[in-house]
Amino acid sequence: MSYMKEFTKGLLKENPNLVMLLGMCPTLAVTTMAQNGLGMGLATTFVLVCSNLVISLLKKVIPDTVRLPCFIVIIAGFVTFVSIMLDSFLPDLAEALGVFLSLITVNCIILGRAEMFACRNKVLPSVLDGLGMGLGFTMSLIVVGAIRELLGTGKIFGLQIMPDFVQPMTLFILPAGGFFTLGCVIAVLGVITKKKPRKVSCDNCPSREACTKLESKESA
Amino acid sequence: MELVRDLMIILFTGILTENFILNKFYGICPFLGVSKTTDGALGMGLAVTAVMVGASAVTYPIYHFVLVPLNIEYLNTVCFILVIAAFVQTVEMVLKKYVPALYSSLGVYLPLITTNCAVLGVTILNIDNEYGFVESVVNALAGGIGFLLVMVIFSGVRERISRCDIPKALEGTPVTLIAASITSLSFVGFSGIVDGIFGG
Repeated sequence: MSYMKEFTKGLLKENPNLVMLLGMCPTLAVTTMAQNGLGMGLATTFVLVCSNLVISLLKKVIPDTVRLPCFIVIIAGFVTFVSIMLDSFLPDLAEALGVFLSLITVNCIILGRAEMFACRNKVLPSVLDGLGMGLGFTMSLIVVGAIRELLGTGKIFGLQIMPDFVQPMTLFILPAGGFFTLGCVIAVLGVITKKKPRKVSCDNCPSREACTKLESKESA
Repeated sequence: MELVRDLMIILFTGILTENFILNKFYGICPFLGVSKTTDGALGMGLAVTAVMVGASAVTYPIYHFVLVPLNIEYLNTVCFILVIAAFVQTVEMVLKKYVPALYSSLGVYLPLITTNCAVLGVTILNIDNEYGFVESVVNALAGGIGFLLVMVIFSGVRERISRCDIPKALEGTPVTLIAASITSLSFVGFSGIVDGIFGG
Protein backbone atom coordinates (compact mmCIF):
# COMPACT_ATOMS: atom_id res chain seq x y z
CA MET A 1 0.00 0.00 0.00
CA SER A 2 2.82 2.44 0.77
CA TYR A 3 4.02 2.01 -2.80
CA MET A 4 0.60 3.14 -3.96
CA LYS A 5 1.05 6.28 -1.88
CA GLU A 6 4.32 7.17 -3.57
CA PHE A 7 2.44 7.09 -6.84
CA THR A 8 -0.72 8.98 -5.89
CA LYS A 9 0.86 11.80 -3.89
CA GLY A 10 2.18 13.43 -7.06
CA LEU A 11 -1.21 13.51 -8.74
CA LEU A 12 -2.94 16.07 -6.56
CA LYS A 13 -1.73 16.41 -2.99
CA GLU A 14 1.86 17.19 -3.89
CA ASN A 15 1.27 18.10 -7.51
CA PRO A 16 4.71 19.33 -8.56
CA ASN A 17 3.32 22.06 -10.72
CA LEU A 18 0.23 23.48 -9.02
CA VAL A 19 1.07 22.82 -5.37
CA MET A 20 4.87 22.83 -5.21
CA LEU A 21 5.14 25.41 -8.00
CA LEU A 22 8.02 23.79 -9.83
CA GLY A 23 8.54 23.73 -13.58
CA MET A 24 6.59 26.89 -14.31
CA CYS A 25 8.43 27.79 -17.52
CA PRO A 26 7.18 24.89 -19.69
CA THR A 27 3.75 25.16 -18.09
CA LEU A 28 3.37 28.68 -19.37
CA ALA A 29 5.16 28.22 -22.66
CA VAL A 30 3.68 25.10 -24.25
CA THR A 31 0.09 25.25 -23.03
CA THR A 32 -1.37 27.24 -25.90
CA MET A 33 -3.00 23.95 -26.92
CA ALA A 34 -4.07 20.99 -24.79
CA GLN A 35 -2.34 18.66 -27.24
CA ASN A 36 1.06 20.32 -26.77
CA GLY A 37 0.55 20.15 -23.01
CA LEU A 38 -0.09 16.41 -23.27
CA GLY A 39 3.02 15.88 -25.42
CA MET A 40 5.23 17.95 -23.14
CA GLY A 41 3.84 16.24 -20.05
CA LEU A 42 4.48 12.75 -21.40
CA ALA A 43 7.98 13.64 -22.58
CA THR A 44 8.78 15.03 -19.13
CA THR A 45 7.24 11.97 -17.44
CA PHE A 46 9.43 9.66 -19.50
CA VAL A 47 12.59 11.58 -18.61
CA LEU A 48 11.53 11.77 -14.95
CA VAL A 49 10.87 8.03 -14.62
CA CYS A 50 14.12 7.09 -16.37
CA SER A 51 16.26 9.57 -14.44
CA ASN A 52 14.71 8.52 -11.11
CA LEU A 53 15.39 4.88 -12.01
CA VAL A 54 19.03 5.43 -12.95
CA ILE A 55 19.78 7.83 -10.10
CA SER A 56 18.32 5.53 -7.46
CA LEU A 57 20.40 2.68 -8.89
CA LEU A 58 23.56 4.79 -8.82
CA LYS A 59 22.96 6.54 -5.51
CA LYS A 60 25.82 4.71 -3.78
CA VAL A 61 28.23 5.24 -6.67
CA ILE A 62 27.81 9.00 -7.15
CA PRO A 63 30.01 11.01 -4.75
CA ASP A 64 28.00 13.47 -2.72
CA THR A 65 30.01 16.56 -3.62
CA VAL A 66 29.53 16.26 -7.38
CA ARG A 67 26.03 14.83 -7.35
CA LEU A 68 24.31 17.77 -9.06
CA PRO A 69 26.48 17.73 -12.20
CA CYS A 70 26.08 13.93 -12.32
CA PHE A 71 22.30 14.20 -12.09
CA ILE A 72 22.22 16.88 -14.77
CA VAL A 73 24.27 14.76 -17.18
CA ILE A 74 22.02 11.74 -16.65
CA ILE A 75 18.92 13.87 -17.19
CA ALA A 76 20.39 15.59 -20.25
CA GLY A 77 21.17 12.18 -21.75
CA PHE A 78 17.54 11.09 -21.53
CA VAL A 79 16.35 14.45 -22.84
CA THR A 80 18.57 14.03 -25.89
CA PHE A 81 17.08 10.58 -26.44
CA VAL A 82 13.51 11.92 -26.19
CA SER A 83 14.18 14.83 -28.51
CA ILE A 84 15.76 12.60 -31.16
CA MET A 85 12.78 10.22 -30.92
CA LEU A 86 10.21 13.02 -31.19
CA ASP A 87 12.11 14.60 -34.07
CA SER A 88 11.86 11.41 -36.08
CA PHE A 89 8.41 10.09 -35.08
CA LEU A 90 6.37 13.16 -34.10
CA PRO A 91 8.03 16.05 -35.94
CA ASP A 92 4.96 18.30 -35.58
CA LEU A 93 5.01 18.01 -31.80
CA ALA A 94 8.78 18.52 -31.70
CA GLU A 95 8.30 21.65 -33.79
CA ALA A 96 5.57 22.97 -31.47
CA LEU A 97 7.58 22.37 -28.29
CA GLY A 98 10.72 23.86 -29.84
CA VAL A 99 13.47 24.88 -27.44
CA PHE A 100 11.41 23.73 -24.47
CA LEU A 101 12.05 20.13 -25.46
CA SER A 102 15.75 20.61 -24.74
CA LEU A 103 14.90 22.70 -21.71
CA ILE A 104 13.36 19.65 -19.99
CA THR A 105 16.98 19.23 -18.81
CA VAL A 106 16.69 22.21 -16.50
CA ASN A 107 13.09 21.56 -15.45
CA CYS A 108 13.34 21.85 -11.69
CA ILE A 109 10.76 19.08 -11.16
CA ILE A 110 13.20 16.49 -12.47
CA LEU A 111 16.27 17.73 -10.62
CA GLY A 112 14.11 18.32 -7.55
CA ARG A 113 12.82 14.73 -7.49
CA ALA A 114 16.33 13.38 -8.08
CA GLU A 115 17.65 15.40 -5.16
CA MET A 116 14.70 14.95 -2.80
CA PHE A 117 13.61 11.42 -3.53
CA ALA A 118 15.54 9.23 -5.95
CA CYS A 119 18.93 9.60 -4.31
CA ARG A 120 17.51 8.52 -0.94
CA ASN A 121 15.09 5.75 -1.86
CA LYS A 122 15.01 2.31 -3.41
CA VAL A 123 14.38 1.72 -7.09
CA LEU A 124 10.68 0.80 -7.13
CA PRO A 125 9.44 3.70 -4.97
CA SER A 126 11.59 6.08 -7.03
CA VAL A 127 10.07 4.89 -10.29
CA LEU A 128 6.55 5.18 -8.87
CA ASP A 129 7.33 8.61 -7.49
CA GLY A 130 8.60 9.70 -10.90
CA LEU A 131 5.54 8.28 -12.62
CA GLY A 132 3.12 9.97 -10.22
CA MET A 133 4.88 13.32 -10.33
CA GLY A 134 5.12 13.13 -14.11
CA LEU A 135 1.44 12.33 -14.54
CA GLY A 136 0.51 15.09 -12.08
CA PHE A 137 2.55 17.49 -14.18
CA THR A 138 0.90 16.19 -17.36
CA MET A 139 -2.56 16.66 -15.86
CA SER A 140 -1.90 20.25 -14.89
CA LEU A 141 -0.47 20.97 -18.35
CA ILE A 142 -3.59 19.50 -19.97
CA VAL A 143 -5.92 21.48 -17.69
CA VAL A 144 -4.14 24.78 -18.31
CA GLY A 145 -3.79 23.95 -22.02
CA ALA A 146 -7.47 23.03 -22.39
CA ILE A 147 -8.65 26.23 -20.69
CA ARG A 148 -6.40 28.40 -22.83
CA GLU A 149 -7.30 26.57 -26.03
CA LEU A 150 -11.03 26.69 -25.29
CA LEU A 151 -11.10 30.40 -24.47
CA GLY A 152 -8.48 31.39 -27.02
CA THR A 153 -9.64 29.44 -30.07
CA GLY A 154 -12.95 27.79 -29.04
CA LYS A 155 -11.50 24.30 -29.41
CA ILE A 156 -10.17 21.54 -27.17
CA PHE A 157 -7.69 19.04 -28.64
CA GLY A 158 -8.52 20.64 -32.01
CA LEU A 159 -12.27 19.90 -31.75
CA GLN A 160 -14.68 22.81 -32.01
CA ILE A 161 -16.48 23.15 -28.66
CA MET A 162 -17.67 26.74 -28.47
CA PRO A 163 -20.65 27.66 -30.67
CA ASP A 164 -19.77 29.84 -33.66
CA PHE A 165 -21.27 33.05 -32.32
CA VAL A 166 -18.88 33.13 -29.35
CA GLN A 167 -15.86 35.20 -30.34
CA PRO A 168 -12.64 33.47 -29.25
CA MET A 169 -10.53 35.63 -26.93
CA THR A 170 -7.12 35.66 -28.56
CA LEU A 171 -5.71 37.07 -25.34
CA PHE A 172 -5.68 33.60 -23.84
CA ILE A 173 -3.21 32.16 -26.31
CA LEU A 174 -0.94 35.17 -25.86
CA PRO A 175 1.73 34.94 -23.13
CA ALA A 176 -0.37 37.21 -20.88
CA GLY A 177 -3.21 34.67 -20.96
CA GLY A 178 -0.78 31.97 -19.84
CA PHE A 179 0.14 33.81 -16.65
CA PHE A 180 -3.50 34.66 -15.99
CA THR A 181 -4.85 31.13 -16.52
CA LEU A 182 -2.14 29.52 -14.40
CA GLY A 183 -2.76 32.02 -11.59
CA CYS A 184 -6.49 31.23 -11.65
CA VAL A 185 -5.97 27.45 -11.76
CA ILE A 186 -3.64 27.60 -8.74
CA ALA A 187 -6.14 29.81 -6.87
CA VAL A 188 -9.06 27.46 -7.65
CA LEU A 189 -7.06 24.42 -6.58
CA GLY A 190 -6.17 26.21 -3.36
CA VAL A 191 -9.86 26.86 -2.67
CA ILE A 192 -10.91 23.29 -3.50
CA THR A 193 -8.27 21.68 -1.33
CA LYS A 194 -8.94 24.38 1.32
CA LYS A 195 -5.25 24.85 1.64
CA LYS A 196 -3.63 28.21 1.41
CA PRO A 197 -1.57 28.10 -1.74
CA ARG A 198 2.05 28.05 -0.84
CA LYS A 199 4.28 30.94 -1.64
CA VAL A 200 6.95 30.24 -4.20
CA SER A 201 9.21 28.14 -2.08
CA CYS A 202 12.53 26.55 -2.71
CA ASP A 203 11.70 23.57 -0.49
CA ASN A 204 11.95 21.11 -3.33
CA CYS A 205 14.33 23.05 -5.44
CA PRO A 206 17.93 21.92 -5.93
CA SER A 207 19.07 25.50 -5.41
CA ARG A 208 17.40 25.69 -2.02
CA GLU A 209 20.64 26.23 -0.12
CA ALA A 210 21.59 29.24 -2.17
CA CYS A 211 18.06 30.57 -1.86
CA THR A 212 18.08 30.39 1.92
CA LYS A 213 21.41 32.14 2.00
CA LEU A 214 19.92 34.84 -0.18
CA GLU A 215 16.87 35.34 1.99
CA SER A 216 18.87 35.60 5.18
CA LYS A 217 21.08 38.13 3.44
CA GLU A 218 18.09 40.19 2.32
CA SER A 219 16.52 40.26 5.74
CA ALA A 220 19.83 41.17 7.39
CA MET B 1 26.26 49.24 -41.51
CA GLU B 2 24.19 46.21 -42.36
CA LEU B 3 25.72 44.33 -39.42
CA VAL B 4 25.10 47.17 -37.00
CA ARG B 5 21.48 47.37 -38.14
CA ASP B 6 21.00 43.61 -37.69
CA LEU B 7 22.54 43.77 -34.24
CA MET B 8 20.31 46.67 -33.23
CA ILE B 9 17.28 44.70 -34.41
CA ILE B 10 18.35 41.70 -32.32
CA LEU B 11 18.93 43.98 -29.34
CA PHE B 12 15.57 45.74 -29.49
CA THR B 13 13.65 42.57 -30.28
CA GLY B 14 15.25 40.75 -27.36
CA ILE B 15 14.61 43.52 -24.87
CA LEU B 16 11.15 44.70 -25.82
CA THR B 17 9.08 42.63 -28.21
CA GLU B 18 10.35 39.14 -27.46
CA ASN B 19 11.21 39.61 -23.84
CA PHE B 20 12.73 36.51 -22.24
CA ILE B 21 10.44 36.44 -19.23
CA LEU B 22 7.18 37.88 -20.47
CA ASN B 23 7.15 36.52 -23.99
CA LYS B 24 9.37 33.45 -24.10
CA PHE B 25 8.85 32.29 -20.50
CA TYR B 26 12.51 31.66 -19.72
CA GLY B 27 13.55 31.95 -16.11
CA ILE B 28 10.12 32.06 -14.47
CA CYS B 29 11.46 30.50 -11.25
CA PRO B 30 13.85 33.36 -10.40
CA PHE B 31 11.26 35.81 -11.73
CA LEU B 32 8.74 34.61 -9.14
CA GLY B 33 11.27 33.77 -6.45
CA VAL B 34 13.72 36.65 -6.30
CA SER B 35 11.61 39.62 -7.42
CA LYS B 36 10.36 40.49 -3.94
CA THR B 37 12.77 43.38 -3.48
CA THR B 38 14.35 45.71 -6.03
CA ASP B 39 17.86 44.97 -4.74
CA GLY B 40 17.40 41.24 -5.16
CA ALA B 41 15.90 41.70 -8.62
CA LEU B 42 18.76 43.94 -9.70
CA GLY B 43 21.44 41.54 -8.44
CA MET B 44 19.81 38.50 -10.01
CA GLY B 45 19.27 40.34 -13.30
CA LEU B 46 22.90 41.46 -13.50
CA ALA B 47 24.23 38.01 -12.62
CA VAL B 48 21.99 36.34 -15.23
CA THR B 49 23.01 38.85 -17.89
CA ALA B 50 26.71 38.27 -17.22
CA VAL B 51 26.36 34.47 -17.22
CA MET B 52 24.23 34.47 -20.38
CA VAL B 53 26.74 36.57 -22.32
CA GLY B 54 29.62 34.44 -21.03
CA ALA B 55 27.86 31.18 -21.76
CA SER B 56 27.00 32.26 -25.31
CA ALA B 57 30.60 33.28 -25.94
CA VAL B 58 31.88 29.94 -24.60
CA THR B 59 29.37 27.61 -26.26
CA TYR B 60 29.69 29.15 -29.74
CA PRO B 61 33.25 27.90 -30.37
CA ILE B 62 32.48 24.57 -28.70
CA TYR B 63 29.53 23.95 -30.99
CA HIS B 64 31.16 25.14 -34.21
CA PHE B 65 34.70 23.87 -33.69
CA VAL B 66 34.11 20.67 -31.71
CA LEU B 67 30.58 19.33 -32.11
CA VAL B 68 30.08 20.14 -35.80
CA PRO B 69 33.40 18.71 -37.09
CA LEU B 70 32.84 15.55 -35.05
CA ASN B 71 29.28 15.29 -36.35
CA ILE B 72 27.77 15.06 -32.87
CA GLU B 73 25.54 18.14 -32.90
CA TYR B 74 22.81 16.14 -31.17
CA LEU B 75 24.88 16.16 -27.98
CA ASN B 76 24.49 19.93 -27.68
CA THR B 77 22.12 19.84 -24.68
CA VAL B 78 24.39 17.55 -22.66
CA CYS B 79 27.46 19.47 -23.62
CA PHE B 80 26.05 22.96 -23.04
CA ILE B 81 24.62 22.24 -19.61
CA LEU B 82 27.99 20.90 -18.46
CA VAL B 83 29.80 23.89 -19.89
CA ILE B 84 27.34 26.25 -18.21
CA ALA B 85 27.71 24.50 -14.86
CA ALA B 86 31.50 24.64 -15.11
CA PHE B 87 31.38 28.24 -16.27
CA VAL B 88 29.21 29.34 -13.36
CA GLN B 89 31.50 27.53 -10.94
CA THR B 90 34.58 29.19 -12.43
CA VAL B 91 33.04 32.66 -12.33
CA GLU B 92 32.13 32.08 -8.71
CA MET B 93 35.66 31.04 -7.76
CA VAL B 94 37.31 33.89 -9.69
CA LEU B 95 35.00 36.48 -8.15
CA LYS B 96 35.56 35.09 -4.68
CA LYS B 97 39.32 35.28 -5.06
CA TYR B 98 39.86 38.53 -6.92
CA VAL B 99 36.76 40.71 -6.50
CA PRO B 100 35.40 39.85 -3.05
CA ALA B 101 33.25 43.00 -2.96
CA LEU B 102 31.38 41.99 -6.11
CA TYR B 103 31.21 38.40 -4.90
CA SER B 104 29.50 39.36 -1.68
CA SER B 105 26.79 41.24 -3.59
CA LEU B 106 26.29 38.97 -6.63
CA GLY B 107 27.88 35.68 -5.55
CA VAL B 108 24.80 34.32 -3.84
CA TYR B 109 22.85 34.43 -7.09
CA LEU B 110 25.34 32.41 -9.09
CA PRO B 111 24.49 28.85 -7.96
CA LEU B 112 20.83 29.57 -8.73
CA ILE B 113 21.68 30.30 -12.33
CA THR B 114 22.93 26.89 -13.48
CA THR B 115 19.40 25.52 -13.56
CA ASN B 116 17.92 28.74 -14.91
CA CYS B 117 16.42 27.88 -18.27
CA ALA B 118 17.22 31.34 -19.66
CA VAL B 119 20.91 30.45 -19.84
CA LEU B 120 20.56 27.06 -21.53
CA GLY B 121 17.70 28.51 -23.58
CA VAL B 122 19.74 31.34 -25.07
CA THR B 123 22.62 29.06 -26.07
CA ILE B 124 20.25 26.69 -27.87
CA LEU B 125 18.36 29.59 -29.47
CA ASN B 126 21.65 30.93 -30.85
CA ILE B 127 22.23 27.60 -32.58
CA ASP B 128 18.62 27.28 -33.81
CA ASN B 129 18.67 30.79 -35.28
CA GLU B 130 22.08 30.14 -36.87
CA TYR B 131 23.58 33.27 -35.33
CA GLY B 132 27.27 34.10 -35.79
CA PHE B 133 29.54 34.82 -32.83
CA VAL B 134 28.79 38.54 -32.50
CA GLU B 135 25.08 38.00 -33.06
CA SER B 136 25.02 35.26 -30.39
CA VAL B 137 26.66 37.50 -27.82
CA VAL B 138 24.37 40.44 -28.66
CA ASN B 139 21.35 38.15 -28.48
CA ALA B 140 22.43 37.00 -25.01
CA LEU B 141 23.03 40.60 -23.98
CA ALA B 142 19.57 41.61 -25.21
CA GLY B 143 17.96 38.69 -23.40
CA GLY B 144 19.85 39.58 -20.24
CA ILE B 145 18.92 43.26 -20.35
CA GLY B 146 15.30 42.32 -21.00
CA PHE B 147 15.40 39.93 -18.05
CA LEU B 148 16.93 42.62 -15.82
CA LEU B 149 14.39 45.22 -16.95
CA VAL B 150 11.37 43.03 -16.24
CA MET B 151 12.78 41.82 -12.91
CA VAL B 152 13.24 45.41 -11.72
CA ILE B 153 9.86 46.60 -13.02
CA PHE B 154 8.11 43.63 -11.47
CA SER B 155 9.83 43.99 -8.11
CA GLY B 156 8.16 47.42 -7.93
CA VAL B 157 4.80 45.85 -8.78
CA ARG B 158 5.27 43.26 -6.06
CA GLU B 159 6.18 45.82 -3.44
CA ARG B 160 2.85 47.51 -4.22
CA ILE B 161 0.99 44.19 -4.12
CA SER B 162 2.42 43.36 -0.71
CA ARG B 163 0.71 46.45 0.72
CA CYS B 164 -2.69 45.69 -0.83
CA ASP B 165 -5.70 43.92 0.55
CA ILE B 166 -6.04 40.83 -1.65
CA PRO B 167 -8.92 38.31 -1.77
CA LYS B 168 -7.92 35.33 0.32
CA ALA B 169 -8.04 32.80 -2.49
CA LEU B 170 -5.62 34.84 -4.59
CA GLU B 171 -3.00 35.45 -1.92
CA GLY B 172 0.55 34.41 -2.67
CA THR B 173 1.34 32.99 -6.08
CA PRO B 174 -1.99 33.49 -7.91
CA VAL B 175 -1.97 37.27 -7.53
CA THR B 176 1.69 37.39 -8.52
CA LEU B 177 0.91 35.47 -11.71
CA ILE B 178 -2.05 37.68 -12.53
CA ALA B 179 0.10 40.80 -12.01
CA ALA B 180 2.69 39.21 -14.31
CA SER B 181 -0.05 38.71 -16.87
CA ILE B 182 -0.89 42.42 -16.84
CA THR B 183 2.80 43.33 -17.06
CA SER B 184 3.10 40.97 -20.02
CA LEU B 185 0.08 42.61 -21.64
CA SER B 186 1.69 46.01 -21.29
CA PHE B 187 4.75 44.73 -23.16
CA VAL B 188 2.47 43.70 -26.05
CA GLY B 189 2.25 47.46 -26.60
CA PHE B 190 5.82 47.35 -27.94
CA SER B 191 4.93 45.00 -30.79
CA GLY B 192 5.80 46.59 -34.10
CA ILE B 193 8.25 49.03 -32.54
CA VAL B 194 11.25 47.30 -34.12
CA ASP B 195 9.73 47.44 -37.61
CA GLY B 196 8.77 51.03 -36.88
CA ILE B 197 12.33 52.09 -36.02
CA PHE B 198 14.28 50.05 -38.54
CA GLY B 199 11.75 50.05 -41.37
CA GLY B 200 11.08 46.29 -41.29
